Amino acid sequence: MTDQTLLSARGLNLRFGEVAALHNVDCDLWPGEVLAIVGESGSGKTTLLNVLSGRMAPQSGVVWYRDEAGALQDVHAMSAPALRALHRSDWGFVHQNPRDNLRMGVTAGGNVGERLMAQGRRHYGDIRAEAINWLAQVEIDASRVDHLPRTFSGGMLQRLQIARTLVTHPRLVFMDEPTGGLDVSVQARLLDLIRTLVRKLGIAVVLVTHDLAVARLLAHRVMVMQNGEVVEAGLTDQVLDDPQHPYTQLLVSSVLSA
Amino acid sequence: MLETSNLSKNFRLHLQGGVRIDVLRGVDFHVSAGECVALAGPSGAGKTTLLRSLYGNYRAGGGAIRVRHDGQMIDIVTASPRLVVEIRDRTLGYVSQFLRVVPRVSALDIVADAARGVSPETAHEKAAQLLSRLNIPTSLHALPPATFSGGEQQRINLARGFIGSHPILLLDEPTASLDNANRDIVIAMILEAKAQGIAVVGIFHDTFVRDAVADRVFHVLPFQDAA
Repeated sequence: MTDQTLLSARGLNLRFGEVAALHNVDCDLWPGEVLAIVGESGSGKTTLLNVLSGRMAPQSGVVWYRDEAGALQDVHAMSAPALRALHRSDWGFVHQNPRDNLRMGVTAGGNVGERLMAQGRRHYGDIRAEAINWLAQVEIDASRVDHLPRTFSGGMLQRLQIARTLVTHPRLVFMDEPTGGLDVSVQARLLDLIRTLVRKLGIAVVLVTHDLAVARLLAHRVMVMQNGEVVEAGLTDQVLDDPQHPYTQLLVSSVLSA
Repeated sequence: MLETSNLSKNFRLHLQGGVRIDVLRGVDFHVSAGECVALAGPSGAGKTTLLRSLYGNYRAGGGAIRVRHDGQMIDIVTASPRLVVEIRDRTLGYVSQFLRVVPRVSALDIVADAARGVSPETAHEKAAQLLSRLNIPTSLHALPPATFSGGEQQRINLARGFIGSHPILLLDEPTASLDNANRDIVIAMILEAKAQGIAVVGIFHDTFVRDAVADRVFHVLPFQDAA
């Protein structure tokens, strides 16, 4: 067990006018670990994800990322090209809306292959083969490899986005409601896929979800947010089975069980 | 292998006007390698609460729970969540009464997934052996257990708990919905685990099972009696 964190945030604050989106948020993530951020709409989950991934700047506080060479990088002090390079290689971002990530005018295979080409891969046959392999892993038929994403259903788009993100074996993936809006059969396959790949490849994940069942199945640890503050954090099953904070108790007791 | 000192646990229900329920107080408990301790007591006395606290599933209110992990005694009450994850991975196994898994994953994969320190092929072999031993027919191995009967689901759960050969195994009513033939298989598996030096803590409502496997009975008393 390594004691060096992969990602570490201290004292994050961000206000949108009167509204505190983040209030003194600290956060640590270790390699290979899945951390879920849960809470209701407007609790600051997605804002935290955006700040951790450098997509949005906090008003105060710092986010450190330990790169592959072991050097600590201040995410918000990096140059824009350096941050873009990080997002292209070491990091992945799975958006709630796959259209935010996919290039709608490029074929499915192209969408997956593009990330490989950005890493310097040039052999067309290899790239195509790997793209087809990844499409198969997310249950998209190989015959669709040359089709445009706009001919895909919502669930297929989400699966395509996962394939595009994971094809480069990133060390850290940010996920914003990856299973939101998918039909349940796809959701189950996707959950299993994410869980297996994360384990196999040792990917660390920061996962934003409002679905506590998703957090339970995927995450080692959870952070519960309310009004921009972390009200409770700890082992996933401990927080969900023995919640201490009134808000967490409310959240857990409000879940419908099918 | 595992000991508690002055362990207490209470629940505060914020949604019910902050009612506080005291369940455990001053619990001193221990179990050694190769020993099986049965938790006994009337319903509602806190047996499951104690077992879940030992696993770190419930957060202890006070006192210490020390687990022998890699030759060191580690207090899981104060250990970081990451360390607890690692202790569960390598030292502390748990079989709950309910099977909770990702849907659409086959029974064989679920069990093989819980194996430790072996190649995926060996894990699948071991999983298939365990499932067959527990009378889960081969035809069911490739199916996800969501549609299985209660007894079958429990046996999947048991296979998953035993395949890891964790040095400490916590069992919450492992034979509750099993018929006699399967119950006897589970008894044999627990005895084999003990012979391997595994420390077992369990809740067994079935006195036949308890008498067959337990070296010692630890009485959990309802709170007001313990005071």
